[in-house]
Amino acid sequence: MKQLSFLKRIRDSQIFWPLVAWILILVFNAVVEPGFFKLGIIEDPVYGKHLYGNLVDVFNNGAPLMLVSIGMTLVIATGGVDLSVGAVIAISAAMGAVLINPALGKQLITNEILTRNATNTPLPIIIIANLAAGMACGLWNGFLVAKVKIQPMVATLILMVAGRGIAQLITNGQIMTIYYTPYFWFGNGYILGLPVSIYIVAAVLLISWILVRKTAIGLFIESVGINAKSTFYSGINEQNIKLFVYTFCGLCGAIAGLILSSYVHSADGNNNGLNYELDAILAVVLGGTLMTGGRFSMLASVIGAIVIWTFTVTVYSLGVPANALLAAKAVLVLVVILLYSDYSRRLINRLFERGGSQHGTAS
Amino acid sequence: MADEIDIVKMSGIAKTFPGVVALEDVDFSLRRGEIHALVGENGAGKSTLIKVLTGVEQPDKGTIELNGELAHVHSPEHSQELGISTVYQEVNLCTNISIAENIMLGREPYRFGSIHWQKMNEMARKAINRLSIDVDVTQPLENYSVAIQQMVAITRALEILSAKVLILDEPTSSLDIHETNLLFDVMRKLKNEGIGIIFITHFLDQVYQISDRITVLRNGKLVGTFDASSLPIVELVAKMLGRSLTELDKLSKVKSGEEKAEEKHRLVEARGLGRTGKLDPVDLELNANEILGVAGLLGSGRTELASLIFGLDAPNSGSLTVEGEKVNSFSPFDSLKRGIALCPENRKEEGVVGDLTIRENIILALQARYGWFRFLSRQKQNEISEEYIKLLGIVTPSPDQLVKNLSGGNQQKVILARWLATNPKVLILDEPTRGIDVGAKAEIQKLVLNLAEEGKSCVFISSELEEVLRVSDRVAVLREQKKVAEYASGVDDKTLIQAMAGET
Repeated sequence: MKQLSFLKRIRDSQIFWPLVAWILILVFNAVVEPGFFKLGIIEDPVYGKHLYGNLVDVFNNGAPLMLVSIGMTLVIATGGVDLSVGAVIAISAAMGAVLINPALGKQLITNEILTRNATNTPLPIIIIANLAAGMACGLWNGFLVAKVKIQPMVATLILMVAGRGIAQLITNGQIMTIYYTPYFWFGNGYILGLPVSIYIVAAVLLISWILVRKTAIGLFIESVGINAKSTFYSGINEQNIKLFVYTFCGLCGAIAGLILSSYVHSADGNNNGLNYELDAILAVVLGGTLMTGGRFSMLASVIGAIVIWTFTVTVYSLGVPANALLAAKAVLVLVVILLYSDYSRRLINRLFERGGSQHGTAS
Repeated sequence: MADEIDIVKMSGIAKTFPGVVALEDVDFSLRRGEIHALVGENGAGKSTLIKVLTGVEQPDKGTIELNGELAHVHSPEHSQELGISTVYQEVNLCTNISIAENIMLGREPYRFGSIHWQKMNEMARKAINRLSIDVDVTQPLENYSVAIQQMVAITRALEILSAKVLILDEPTSSLDIHETNLLFDVMRKLKNEGIGIIFITHFLDQVYQISDRITVLRNGKLVGTFDASSLPIVELVAKMLGRSLTELDKLSKVKSGEEKAEEKHRLVEARGLGRTGKLDPVDLELNANEILGVAGLLGSGRTELASLIFGLDAPNSGSLTVEGEKVNSFSPFDSLKRGIALCPENRKEEGVVGDLTIRENIILALQARYGWFRFLSRQKQNEISEEYIKLLGIVTPSPDQLVKNLSGGNQQKVILARWLATNPKVLILDEPTRGIDVGAKAEIQKLVLNLAEEGKSCVFISSELEEVLRVSDRVAVLREQKKVAEYASGVDDKTLIQAMAGET
């Protein structure tokens, strides 16, 4: 009996369904493309020995999306949405590129200067400026949603459009190459054989979990998302909660932008973080947080992001051309939505119960 | 005279929810041209029985026969096709579209492939005229009072197909006497047309005013079905409660026998407090150990008064003083800090947070005062919620149940618990007993009396005069957004009614 209730507890947990989705994709790979799981150790001239393989790629390439999904989870939990995270990524990347540029504020930018592998700005300042830019963007969104009371989709649409323009203004309309080895560490470095970005995601997830679940913030976020009016009547300042989640989401976008620009060695106002807002929303939905707000799980959203990237890498390793990726993704979305429907949940639950009761009679 | 065949016959209905047996072997029948009252305490199973009949819930056991034929009602749409229409307790309409659209929604007349607005408005006007109400059907619904919205809901239920069975779930809880009588006229007319009406209400006098038969449920079980003419009201209440009425009697005696000799401690003082368009300037005092009753019809400004004192709205005239200090900042959070609490009128939208647990709902306001970072430990949360679940008699298998699964009376107690946990000095209760049954009503009234005993100041807003008179030390009467009178306890209901109606 105890085993049964344990099974049920797992099944009721929010991470159960995204995990099921992930395992299904892995099982598919195990059958169709066993090579998918191959891991190896490679010696890198800069970063030493480290793991490589498709699964490492999933986590390394998926890190920016996971970060953005963490922030997006909180925004969606309040009943809102943040369409501007992709643009925030671009702004953060542009900030990094401009500050690293050794010719900052002095000369015209040329390729010769950019590839000098040097900077006049200390790295901590670059990071702080990145994060501050992201938080400022988030604060702006939060201000529009909480104080001016614009609908979240419209309010964040403003920065979604304007943000890419701002990123281009920062880089003076150019695609800027970043060439500064210490900065590359975030997107390409390894610690104990695993990509740095994994540690960053884990740290952000842990810190946000503590920030949200070990304080009253998580409860207030859920309460606002379920019934903002009752929450307000209970003496909770729901405006501050909204300001917080959008600012936090901006911060997550900035960290994602840092990793992404470090990974691709450039800042491109038009293409950094393109469509990340939609993938992040998808990750949150995969994680089982309702778009209408309320109960949320950041870990489930991160697993949702992992599902998306596992799928992407799978599609690539199958040899599907990149331009067919979006169509394949649409199939994933469709399957997942069907899997999450009440009908199939009941079906799967019934399967479990049948299996569980047989188990019960046997023991 | 009555048709031999029941238009609705439910036999042996059983329904279980996680942790709760909602219905157990319940029989119910409805004749053609009959008004059949369904009564019982909160959680007695009335709502569940209706949900089974209307296909919202599927029964675990039992059968439903319609006109003598076995029917399997599998969805609310299906029940409407079968001629069963329902008006639920809380108005379920779209307030931002016009009255006509609300009434005709889903059955709009078309011309040239688009909605024939003129005809639709005409049809809607005709339909609502059946209730003898004069409204502009092209206006958005939100421009009208809750009472009118209720009437629109009823009109919509009547209009949907040719309803043979009309279910009215607490239709009169937001109507004044005049509107209630209007509704009763309509109900009688429909009855004569051969429609069967199931009437769910907590107003027992209304049950006797209009019903032919009464079915009583208690704790999910059928107590019995009786002819209204052969069941005295005292017996009905006894059947509903499973206990006698002496508890209620005792309550009022204790109150009237007691004299408050000690010096009054002034907690709140309002001088010319008002807000244009909401409430004309009002003078008001609230004292510790005292209950101020507020009587007034719907729209008289009673809720507006509550929201000004609680700080939902900032006043634009006069002053509010709490314990000798002038109030400058108006918000629920500021009120929380000052020790002023409000149990709002609209439980579902302004009170409970449905998808949170009872525990989380109870600690919400206390946690709001503690702020973001001083988070109550799980153990502390459990202690607090269990204390109040016990103190207020909230019926639930565990504090981790979602609040939305509770009955109305229990939800009300959860909101009360939320505020009591913050230990407020002033407690404003806006229609705390609306839509809940006699038993829970008496409990809440007793609780308010106890709170005043302990030194709190309570404001008791209610549209039920009898209740206001029973609990209050003083009664303020509002009419047309003005405070028109204030009486000491012992005032008779006739004087109050005259003041509320403006006849002096």
